[in-house]
Amino acid sequence: MDVVNQLQRQFIDYSASLHREGFLDDQFTQLQKLQDDNSPDFVVEVASLFFEDCEKLINNMARALEQQQGVDFKQVDASVHQLKGSSSSIGAMRVKDVCIAFRSFCEAQNREGCLRCLQQVTHEYSLLKNKLQTLFRLQQQILAAGGSIPVVE
Amino acid sequence: MSGNGASSSSLNMISGEDVVNNNFSALVVDDSPLLRLLHDIHLKKYGLKVQVAENGKVAVDLFHLGASFDLVLMDKEMPVMNGVEATKELRAMGVTSMIVGVTSKDGPGEQQAFMEAGLDYCFEKPLTPEIISFLLEELNKHHNKD
Repeated sequence: MDVVNQLQRQFIDYSASLHREGFLDDQFTQLQKLQDDNSPDFVVEVASLFFEDCEKLINNMARALEQQQGVDFKQVDASVHQLKGSSSSIGAMRVKDVCIAFRSFCEAQNREGCLRCLQQVTHEYSLLKNKLQTLFRLQQQILAAGGSIPVVE
Repeated sequence: MSGNGASSSSLNMISGEDVVNNNFSALVVDDSPLLRLLHDIHLKKYGLKVQVAENGKVAVDLFHLGASFDLVLMDKEMPVMNGVEATKELRAMGVTSMIVGVTSKDGPGEQQAFMEAGLDYCFEKPLTPEIISFLLEELNKHHNKD
Protein backbone atom coordinates (compact mmCIF):
# COMPACT_ATOMS: atom_id res chain seq x y z
CA MET A 1 0.00 0.00 0.00
CA ASP A 2 2.94 2.30 0.75
CA VAL A 3 4.11 1.89 -2.87
CA VAL A 4 0.66 2.80 -4.18
CA ASN A 5 0.45 5.83 -1.87
CA GLN A 6 3.85 7.04 -3.00
CA LEU A 7 2.97 6.60 -6.67
CA GLN A 8 -0.33 8.37 -6.18
CA ARG A 9 1.45 11.21 -4.40
CA GLN A 10 3.91 11.48 -7.31
CA PHE A 11 0.99 11.55 -9.75
CA ILE A 12 -0.83 14.27 -7.80
CA ASP A 13 2.31 16.40 -7.50
CA TYR A 14 3.15 15.97 -11.19
CA SER A 15 -0.42 16.81 -12.27
CA ALA A 16 -0.40 19.87 -10.04
CA SER A 17 2.87 21.05 -11.57
CA LEU A 18 1.46 20.69 -15.09
CA HIS A 19 -1.46 22.92 -14.12
CA ARG A 20 0.72 25.37 -12.22
CA GLU A 21 3.13 25.75 -15.14
CA GLY A 22 0.25 26.35 -17.53
CA PHE A 23 0.63 23.21 -19.62
CA LEU A 24 -2.87 22.03 -18.76
CA ASP A 25 -6.02 23.80 -17.67
CA ASP A 26 -9.29 22.72 -16.11
CA GLN A 27 -10.51 21.17 -19.38
CA PHE A 28 -8.00 18.34 -18.86
CA THR A 29 -9.44 17.72 -15.40
CA GLN A 30 -12.90 17.49 -16.98
CA LEU A 31 -11.59 14.86 -19.39
CA GLN A 32 -10.16 12.84 -16.50
CA LYS A 33 -13.56 12.94 -14.80
CA LEU A 34 -15.17 11.47 -17.92
CA GLN A 35 -12.95 8.39 -17.68
CA ASP A 36 -14.58 5.43 -15.98
CA ASP A 37 -14.86 1.64 -16.18
CA ASN A 38 -16.83 1.91 -19.44
CA SER A 39 -14.11 4.03 -21.05
CA PRO A 40 -10.93 3.27 -19.04
CA ASP A 41 -8.50 4.52 -21.69
CA PHE A 42 -10.45 7.60 -22.65
CA VAL A 43 -7.84 10.20 -21.68
CA VAL A 44 -5.01 8.31 -23.38
CA GLU A 45 -7.15 7.93 -26.53
CA VAL A 46 -8.00 11.63 -26.59
CA ALA A 47 -4.35 12.53 -26.04
CA SER A 48 -3.27 10.19 -28.88
CA LEU A 49 -5.75 11.83 -31.23
CA PHE A 50 -4.46 15.22 -30.14
CA PHE A 51 -0.85 14.21 -30.86
CA GLU A 52 -1.87 12.97 -34.35
CA ASP A 53 -3.78 16.19 -34.98
CA CYS A 54 -0.83 18.34 -33.87
CA GLU A 55 1.68 16.56 -36.06
CA LYS A 56 -0.55 16.68 -39.12
CA LEU A 57 -1.47 20.34 -38.64
CA ILE A 58 2.07 21.48 -37.84
CA ASN A 59 3.27 19.76 -41.03
CA ASN A 60 0.49 21.50 -43.00
CA MET A 61 1.50 24.89 -41.58
CA ALA A 62 5.20 24.29 -42.30
CA ARG A 63 4.48 23.28 -45.91
CA ALA A 64 2.23 26.29 -46.46
CA LEU A 65 4.79 28.71 -45.00
CA GLU A 66 7.58 27.24 -47.13
CA GLN A 67 5.87 28.20 -50.40
CA GLN A 68 8.22 30.46 -52.34
CA GLN A 69 5.53 31.64 -54.78
CA GLY A 70 3.54 33.22 -52.02
CA VAL A 71 2.17 32.01 -48.71
CA ASP A 72 -1.52 31.13 -48.60
CA PHE A 73 -2.20 32.67 -45.18
CA LYS A 74 -5.81 31.47 -45.24
CA GLN A 75 -4.55 27.91 -45.50
CA VAL A 76 -2.13 28.46 -42.62
CA ASP A 77 -4.88 30.10 -40.58
CA ALA A 78 -7.23 27.18 -41.22
CA SER A 79 -4.67 24.77 -39.73
CA VAL A 80 -3.98 27.08 -36.78
CA HIS A 81 -7.71 27.41 -36.18
CA GLN A 82 -8.08 23.62 -36.06
CA LEU A 83 -5.10 23.26 -33.74
CA LYS A 84 -6.51 25.93 -31.47
CA GLY A 85 -9.78 23.99 -31.30
CA SER A 86 -8.06 20.69 -30.53
CA SER A 87 -5.73 22.15 -27.93
CA SER A 88 -8.62 23.95 -26.27
CA SER A 89 -10.61 20.72 -26.13
CA ILE A 90 -7.89 18.76 -24.38
CA GLY A 91 -6.87 21.60 -22.06
CA ALA A 92 -3.48 22.23 -23.69
CA MET A 93 -3.34 25.84 -22.55
CA ARG A 94 0.14 26.85 -23.70
CA VAL A 95 -0.38 25.35 -27.18
CA LYS A 96 -3.72 27.15 -27.41
CA ASP A 97 -2.17 30.47 -26.37
CA VAL A 98 0.48 30.24 -29.09
CA CYS A 99 -2.30 29.52 -31.61
CA ILE A 100 -4.08 32.73 -30.61
CA ALA A 101 -0.95 34.78 -31.37
CA PHE A 102 -0.35 32.72 -34.51
CA ARG A 103 -3.79 33.63 -35.89
CA SER A 104 -3.03 37.34 -35.47
CA PHE A 105 0.10 36.96 -37.58
CA CYS A 106 -1.87 35.04 -40.22
CA GLU A 107 -4.42 37.84 -40.33
CA ALA A 108 -1.62 40.38 -40.72
CA GLN A 109 -0.04 38.14 -43.40
CA ASN A 110 3.21 38.39 -41.48
CA ARG A 111 5.38 35.45 -42.62
CA GLU A 112 8.17 36.06 -40.11
CA GLY A 113 5.72 36.23 -37.25
CA CYS A 114 4.05 33.05 -38.47
CA LEU A 115 7.38 31.24 -38.67
CA ARG A 116 8.22 32.27 -35.10
CA CYS A 117 4.84 31.01 -33.92
CA LEU A 118 5.31 27.76 -35.81
CA GLN A 119 8.59 27.25 -33.97
CA GLN A 120 6.91 28.06 -30.65
CA VAL A 121 3.93 25.81 -31.22
CA THR A 122 6.20 22.94 -32.24
CA HIS A 123 8.21 23.47 -29.07
CA GLU A 124 5.15 23.66 -26.82
CA TYR A 125 3.62 20.58 -28.41
CA SER A 126 6.85 18.58 -27.89
CA LEU A 127 7.05 19.65 -24.27
CA LEU A 128 3.42 18.78 -23.62
CA LYS A 129 3.67 15.41 -25.36
CA ASN A 130 6.63 14.51 -23.22
CA LYS A 131 4.89 15.59 -20.04
CA LEU A 132 1.65 13.77 -20.83
CA GLN A 133 3.55 10.60 -21.65
CA THR A 134 5.24 10.88 -18.25
CA LEU A 135 1.85 11.39 -16.60
CA PHE A 136 0.39 8.33 -18.36
CA ARG A 137 3.42 6.25 -17.32
CA LEU A 138 2.75 7.21 -13.70
CA GLN A 139 -0.89 6.17 -14.20
CA GLN A 140 0.15 2.79 -15.53
CA GLN A 141 2.48 2.30 -12.57
CA ILE A 142 -0.33 3.07 -10.11
CA LEU A 143 -2.70 0.63 -11.84
CA ALA A 144 -0.02 -2.06 -12.07
CA ALA A 145 0.53 -1.69 -8.31
CA GLY A 146 -3.18 -2.22 -7.69
CA GLY A 147 -4.12 1.39 -6.97
CA SER A 148 -6.60 3.82 -8.52
CA ILE A 149 -5.88 7.06 -10.33
CA PRO A 150 -6.60 10.13 -8.18
CA VAL A 151 -8.42 13.02 -9.90
CA VAL A 152 -6.59 16.25 -9.24
CA GLU A 153 -8.94 19.25 -8.96
CA MET B 1 -23.50 31.94 -25.62
CA SER B 2 -26.61 32.61 -27.63
CA GLY B 3 -29.91 30.82 -27.86
CA ASN B 4 -33.61 30.98 -27.30
CA GLY B 5 -34.12 31.84 -23.67
CA ALA B 6 -30.70 30.51 -22.68
CA SER B 7 -29.51 32.52 -19.71
CA SER B 8 -27.01 31.87 -16.93
CA SER B 9 -29.83 31.35 -14.44
CA SER B 10 -31.16 28.40 -16.42
CA LEU B 11 -27.77 26.71 -16.56
CA ASN B 12 -28.47 24.58 -13.49
CA MET B 13 -27.44 20.98 -13.02
CA ILE B 14 -30.46 18.70 -13.26
CA SER B 15 -30.72 15.71 -10.95
CA GLY B 16 -28.52 12.67 -11.54
CA GLU B 17 -31.62 10.58 -12.19
CA ASP B 18 -32.87 12.90 -14.92
CA VAL B 19 -29.45 12.85 -16.49
CA VAL B 20 -29.08 9.07 -16.76
CA ASN B 21 -32.71 7.98 -17.30
CA ASN B 22 -33.41 9.38 -20.73
CA ASN B 23 -34.08 7.86 -24.14
CA PHE B 24 -32.62 10.74 -26.06
CA SER B 25 -30.49 10.22 -29.12
CA ALA B 26 -27.77 12.54 -30.38
CA LEU B 27 -25.79 13.05 -33.54
CA VAL B 28 -22.32 14.60 -33.18
CA VAL B 29 -21.26 16.29 -36.43
CA ASP B 30 -17.60 17.30 -36.43
CA ASP B 31 -14.65 16.81 -38.78
CA SER B 32 -12.24 16.44 -35.86
CA PRO B 33 -11.93 12.82 -34.61
CA LEU B 34 -10.83 14.23 -31.26
CA LEU B 35 -13.97 16.36 -30.85
CA ARG B 36 -16.19 13.50 -32.07
CA LEU B 37 -14.72 11.19 -29.41
CA LEU B 38 -14.92 13.81 -26.71
CA HIS B 39 -18.56 14.73 -27.32
CA ASP B 40 -19.48 11.07 -27.90
CA ILE B 41 -18.16 10.00 -24.49
CA HIS B 42 -19.52 13.09 -22.81
CA LEU B 43 -23.06 12.58 -24.11
CA LYS B 44 -22.99 8.82 -23.43
CA LYS B 45 -22.05 9.59 -19.84
CA TYR B 46 -25.34 11.48 -19.63
CA GLY B 47 -27.22 8.46 -20.96
CA LEU B 48 -27.77 9.51 -24.57
CA LYS B 49 -27.46 7.14 -27.51
CA VAL B 50 -24.89 8.72 -29.78
CA GLN B 51 -23.93 8.51 -33.44
CA VAL B 52 -21.21 10.53 -35.13
CA ALA B 53 -20.77 12.09 -38.57
CA GLU B 54 -17.59 13.62 -39.96
CA ASN B 55 -19.22 16.45 -41.93
CA GLY B 56 -22.51 18.12 -42.69
CA LYS B 57 -23.22 16.03 -45.79
CA VAL B 58 -22.96 12.76 -43.84
CA ALA B 59 -25.37 14.22 -41.29
CA VAL B 60 -27.88 15.34 -43.93
CA ASP B 61 -27.63 11.94 -45.68
CA LEU B 62 -28.43 10.19 -42.39
CA PHE B 63 -31.64 12.18 -42.09
CA HIS B 64 -32.48 11.54 -45.78
CA LEU B 65 -32.17 7.82 -45.01
CA GLY B 66 -34.77 8.16 -42.29
CA ALA B 67 -32.61 8.50 -39.17
CA SER B 68 -33.83 10.85 -36.48
CA PHE B 69 -32.14 12.33 -33.46
CA ASP B 70 -33.39 14.41 -30.55
CA LEU B 71 -30.18 16.44 -30.47
CA VAL B 72 -27.67 17.38 -33.15
CA LEU B 73 -24.33 18.89 -32.13
CA MET B 74 -23.17 20.70 -35.25
CA ASP B 75 -19.62 21.95 -35.74
CA LYS B 76 -19.38 25.06 -37.88
CA GLU B 77 -16.22 24.63 -39.95
CA MET B 78 -16.18 21.32 -41.81
CA PRO B 79 -15.10 20.19 -45.28
CA VAL B 80 -17.58 18.95 -47.92
CA MET B 81 -20.55 20.63 -46.18
CA ASN B 82 -20.12 23.03 -43.28
CA GLY B 83 -22.39 23.46 -40.29
CA VAL B 84 -24.24 26.48 -41.65
CA GLU B 85 -25.16 24.73 -44.92
CA ALA B 86 -26.04 21.47 -43.15
CA THR B 87 -28.29 23.27 -40.66
CA LYS B 88 -30.10 25.12 -43.46
CA GLU B 89 -30.62 21.85 -45.35
CA LEU B 90 -31.92 20.01 -42.30
CA ARG B 91 -34.42 22.77 -41.51
CA ALA B 92 -35.49 22.91 -45.18
CA MET B 93 -36.12 19.14 -44.95
CA GLY B 94 -38.44 19.81 -42.01
CA VAL B 95 -36.11 18.41 -39.33
CA THR B 96 -37.29 19.61 -35.90
CA SER B 97 -34.45 18.13 -33.81
CA MET B 98 -32.71 20.45 -31.39
CA ILE B 99 -29.68 21.61 -33.37
CA VAL B 100 -26.88 23.07 -31.27
CA GLY B 101 -24.01 24.82 -32.98
CA VAL B 102 -20.54 24.25 -31.55
CA THR B 103 -17.95 26.82 -32.53
CA SER B 104 -14.47 28.00 -31.75
CA LYS B 105 -14.17 31.41 -30.17
CA ASP B 106 -14.97 33.43 -33.30
CA GLY B 107 -16.43 36.88 -33.64
CA PRO B 108 -20.11 37.47 -32.79
CA GLY B 109 -20.90 38.00 -36.49
CA GLU B 110 -19.93 34.42 -37.29
CA GLN B 111 -22.10 32.98 -34.53
CA GLN B 112 -25.00 35.11 -35.73
CA ALA B 113 -24.81 33.68 -39.26
CA PHE B 114 -24.79 30.21 -37.77
CA MET B 115 -27.82 30.96 -35.55
CA GLU B 116 -29.69 32.38 -38.54
CA ALA B 117 -29.22 29.07 -40.37
CA GLY B 118 -31.69 27.57 -37.91
CA LEU B 119 -29.86 26.65 -34.73
CA ASP B 120 -31.62 26.39 -31.40
CA TYR B 121 -28.46 27.27 -29.47
CA CYS B 122 -24.83 28.01 -30.19
CA PHE B 123 -22.01 27.34 -27.70
CA GLU B 124 -18.25 27.48 -27.76
CA LYS B 125 -16.45 24.17 -27.90
CA PRO B 126 -15.88 22.04 -26.03
CA LEU B 127 -19.21 21.59 -24.32
CA THR B 128 -19.02 21.56 -20.54
CA PRO B 129 -21.04 19.37 -18.14
CA GLU B 130 -23.15 22.43 -17.26
CA ILE B 131 -24.08 23.05 -20.90
CA ILE B 132 -24.92 19.39 -21.51
CA SER B 133 -27.13 19.39 -18.38
CA PHE B 134 -28.87 22.51 -19.66
CA LEU B 135 -29.48 20.90 -23.08
CA LEU B 136 -30.91 17.78 -21.43
CA GLU B 137 -33.21 19.95 -19.38
CA GLU B 138 -34.43 21.67 -22.55
CA LEU B 139 -34.92 18.30 -24.26
CA ASN B 140 -36.96 17.10 -21.28
CA LYS B 141 -39.15 20.21 -21.47
CA HIS B 142 -39.85 19.67 -25.18
CA HIS B 143 -40.44 15.97 -24.64
CA ASN B 144 -42.95 16.62 -21.87
CA LYS B 145 -44.81 19.15 -24.00
CA ASP B 146 -45.39 16.59 -26.85
